[in-house]
Amino acid sequence: MGRTGPPPTKGPHAIMGITRDEVAHLARLSRMSVTDAELDALAPQLEAILSAVARVAEVAAADIPPTSHAVPLTNVFRPDVARPSLPAADALAGAPAAEDGRFRVPRILDPDE
Amino acid sequence: MSTAAPASALPSYDDAIARYEPVIGLETHVELGTVSKMFCGCATAFGAEPNTQVCPVCLGLPGSLPVVNEAAVRFAVLIGLALHCEIAPWCRFARKNYFYPDMPKNYQISQYDEPLCTNGWLDVEVEGEIHRVGITRVHMEEDTGKSLHVGGATGRIHGATHSLVDYNRAGIPLVEIVTEPDVRSPEVARAYVDELRELIRALGVSDVRMEQGSLRCDANASLRLRPAPGEPDAPFGTRTETKNLNSLRSVERAVRYEITRQAALLDDGERIIQETRHFDEGAGRTSSGRSKEEATDYRYFPEPDLTPLELSAEYVDEQRAALPELPAARRARLIAEHGYTARDLVDMRNAGVLDLVEQTVAAGAASPAAARKWWLNELARRASDTGAAPADLAITPADVARITVLVAGGELTDALARKVIDGVLAGEGTPDEVVAGRGLAVVADDGALTAAVDAAIAGAPDIAEKVRGGKLNAVGPLVGAVMKAMKGQADAATVRGLLLERLGTS
Ligand SMILES: [Zn+2]
Repeated sequence: MGRTGPPPTKGPHAIMGITRDEVAHLARLSRMSVTDAELDALAPQLEAILSAVARVAEVAAADIPPTSHAVPLTNVFRPDVARPSLPAADALAGAPAAEDGRFRVPRILDPDE
Repeated sequence: MSTAAPASALPSYDDAIARYEPVIGLETHVELGTVSKMFCGCATAFGAEPNTQVCPVCLGLPGSLPVVNEAAVRFAVLIGLALHCEIAPWCRFARKNYFYPDMPKNYQISQYDEPLCTNGWLDVEVEGEIHRVGITRVHMEEDTGKSLHVGGATGRIHGATHSLVDYNRAGIPLVEIVTEPDVRSPEVARAYVDELRELIRALGVSDVRMEQGSLRCDANASLRLRPAPGEPDAPFGTRTETKNLNSLRSVERAVRYEITRQAALLDDGERIIQETRHFDEGAGRTSSGRSKEEATDYRYFPEPDLTPLELSAEYVDEQRAALPELPAARRARLIAEHGYTARDLVDMRNAGVLDLVEQTVAAGAASPAAARKWWLNELARRASDTGAAPADLAITPADVARITVLVAGGELTDALARKVIDGVLAGEGTPDEVVAGRGLAVVADDGALTAAVDAAIAGAPDIAEKVRGGKLNAVGPLVGAVMKAMKGQADAATVRGLLLERLGTS
């Protein structure tokens, strides 16, 4: 088995700070509506959180690869065997809306698209 | 919705490619034929009632954890090896984050910068010329659910009031096979997908049914000016990606249309917008897929819920040793051993009889040509008449081999052999049993035949006179009369010989 981490890549890089525009972009990707006032408040808060996490970079030397998995384990497989699924009623039980045995979701495109 | 239609009429395809060189790359998604899904034990059967093959893992419910299906990895490795790829000794899955209702987790488990297979190739043949298509990568991922769009016109997403989602398909293992931009014509694009489909079918790792969506193709296409003689190639132009082409014909037609559309825009001095497009089969045109030009930002990161894959050289060698004979090698063998032409092989494959013909030859057919003839000309037609696959006909390769032997030995004529096939298909037994049961053997008894020949000559003295006078071709109606008298149970060539002998011309 031998190697337990990814091949060494580029060294750790410090997080350089987060701008208001980046917070707005993240909000859009997350489909969250965030007001201007909230952006003003959130950007410095996220900045503070990221700077705290970025301190890890101070102790990670250039020869330490980034960690993606905490446990040195590879090749965890299951055999290709079908197992019972949930009854459809149970699968749909937690859905906000259902129709014809399917999950009902709001329209995907805006009317003007 | 912008269609980015050029202002002037489209140039003809020939005119477009005379001036511009198309640069085409293909991305093909193949659903792997595993029994269970990629990361959970749900069944993968096609056509089940909606949301009956789902569980907490493939619905992305909190607290559930995925575990990799061993067979899916093995199938992906087989595909990579058959495409002459390098198999990564170590790689990870990655999360591709996006919001879309067909993906219940709000991310798709895929692979990003560490694909399982890289750097391969596939040779495809078009009109006797071999084109080598580079394979950039083959990576693993999970399929998405299926959406029904309600309230708009004919199920279109535009104008829909809401959508209904079935997650049975979500989590079915997929591989995505990405080519280099090596393809230079719609015909080669089509031939590539065709050859890839044959290859994967031969591996037995997917049913590769384009009409059911188990093989789907996206085509990237751009144009660049053809260089003047001696000049270097121009840089690649801006490309478009036409999504979800679900037949070989659509691959070729969509790429063809994109070539003329882009040529018209470039002729007008306009720029090509890099975008996703959709192909309308009915209209034969592509249209812009998204009105908003949204930068994609999938924020890939290594999937923390799955361990990395670490495939040993021994494992990869084991899979390599398990590869079956691949289509290109098989074609070469059939041409060398059985004397078929490349065209014969295409015809037999398209008719769905290639395996059957090979089995018929193995079962002792009189000749490979006879096996081909009876399956291709007779049995394939009968199958298509009843809407069945040739393999589902109630006649075995051994039966067909026996019939070719009886024909070659002069015991059956072609016409009688067709009656034997009727009998076998009707469940009357083996060819020999049908011959005995229906009394179909060629009458070689000279007494009966000679009597019929004499009667035919006596019945048409004018024709007999012409033949005696040297017009040998005039004998046709006499042959017909004898065959009729013999109820078809004579060999026409023998009858002709007997007639000519009797009339003193041979
Ligand atoms: Zn499941």
